[in-house]
Amino acid sequence: MSPQERPIPSPPVNPETKPFWDAAAAGKLLVKKCSACGERHHYPRAICPFCGSERTEWTGASGRGTVYSYSVFRRAPIPYAIAYVTLDEGPTMMTNLVDCDLDAIRIGQAVRVVFKPTEDGPPVPMFTRA
Amino acid sequence: MSIKGKAYLAGVFEHPTRKADTQSLAQLHAESALGALADAGLTKDDVDGYFCAGDAPGLGGLSMADYMGLKLRHIDTTETGGSSYVIHVGHAAEAIAAGKCDVALITLAGRPRAEGMATGTAPRNYGAAAPDVAFEYPYGPTVVNQYAMAAMRHMHEFGTTSAQLAWIKVAASQHAQHNPRALLREVVTVEDVVNSPIIADPLHRLDCCVITDGGGAIVVTRPEVAKRLNRPLVKVLGAGEAVKHQRGGKIDLTHTGAVWSGPAAFAEAGVTPADVKYVSIYDSFTITVLITLEDLGFCAKGQGGKLVADGNLIAGVGRLPFNTDGGGLCNNHPANRGGLTKVVEAVRQLRGEAHPKVQVKSCDVALAHGTGGSLATRHGSATLIMGRE
Repeated sequence: MSPQERPIPSPPVNPETKPFWDAAAAGKLLVKKCSACGERHHYPRAICPFCGSERTEWTGASGRGTVYSYSVFRRAPIPYAIAYVTLDEGPTMMTNLVDCDLDAIRIGQAVRVVFKPTEDGPPVPMFTRA
Repeated sequence: MSIKGKAYLAGVFEHPTRKADTQSLAQLHAESALGALADAGLTKDDVDGYFCAGDAPGLGGLSMADYMGLKLRHIDTTETGGSSYVIHVGHAAEAIAAGKCDVALITLAGRPRAEGMATGTAPRNYGAAAPDVAFEYPYGPTVVNQYAMAAMRHMHEFGTTSAQLAWIKVAASQHAQHNPRALLREVVTVEDVVNSPIIADPLHRLDCCVITDGGGAIVVTRPEVAKRLNRPLVKVLGAGEAVKHQRGGKIDLTHTGAVWSGPAAFAEAGVTPADVKYVSIYDSFTITVLITLEDLGFCAKGQGGKLVADGNLIAGVGRLPFNTDGGGLCNNHPANRGGLTKVVEAVRQLRGEAHPKVQVKSCDVALAHGTGGSLATRHGSATLIMGRE
């Protein structure tokens, strides 16, 4: 079986994060940016974790990034790669690396976003070789 | 206000069980409490402060005070995962110094083996209201693959090797052979570790701690109480605590919160890493020990691989004896929370009550460090420095 056949639990959606998941359903990756201090952050919050401002806005992300770190979970029934990917826009996010040779993953590789279906919720952003 | 010298570790106890099929969770807490009180020469009626964390059943401190029949004037249920109990010692010292209690009891217990819990290999979900859960849980973050990402990054940046990490397990196993209660008493080699199955790249099965039932307890008292008791005097010299998280996505997996808790504890204690004769370092995985030792200043960042290699952590062999009970890697990891037993073995060392084969000579200053939560996302770090009087 290929790694993407692992059943993906649905992300719980709440009013604070609904725009992120609506965009994911449309195949778009969003990142929160603070209008007060200019910093982008992830996971998305209504309140900026850097300056405390409530003036945060959703911005589009290119979906491109690089692998910061990863681990292939060999012991799982269907091995999969958990990873942190640093987006070109700055923030680093937890994700899975999919549709690729798990043995060929390396830190620093260029990756691009793909959206993968979950059990009964919105799709989640994962990454594959760019 | 400093807590240096204002509180003493009068009693410690490590529950002997490693699989608690016949005891309840509350019972394990209470048996541990009675053990530590007996070690100190006190009774439950002497206790006026109680400390516990998320492993305590029901409403935590309320439920356990009810079960044990404690009359309290101070309670603290600070929850930072497995590091909670190291933080509790510092908080107990603060409460004692402020006159809020005289005899503080700290307990830990759990039965993950009896309950068949997939401790490190199943993703943990702390509930839909956790703000991070939607952005992490779908990706299958287990305890082991998260710590593995920290190991992978450390190897990438500093050239740390699996063989260097393996030396940490080797040292723990050298110590555990002398501990009749250790879950794993077999001495292992570097080859044994690196040839054991990969669980999550780059961590092997023998890079991971054991899963055990059991518990432990600590009694902290004001100096006047400790000096009335017929036990060697071990006092708190300094304590530091810190929370490390993802910083809004500015993630750096090469260090832990020990970079903050360590200097705070050393400053309060008025000692340096060179003064420390023995260290208990939370060893959920081998990588946890390596990064923590760097962060505490026992070597420069990135040099942890060299520090731990070639038996340097083995009592009587190396320059920095660690986890002489076998630690979480070989001896015991009750409730999947290893902070309390780290303090227990440090107190044994300071009293001269460690096993003769691993007792550190002239052990007058010891350090215990806890890491609770996950290295890769958010964790609580706690450093405690203790001295023999």
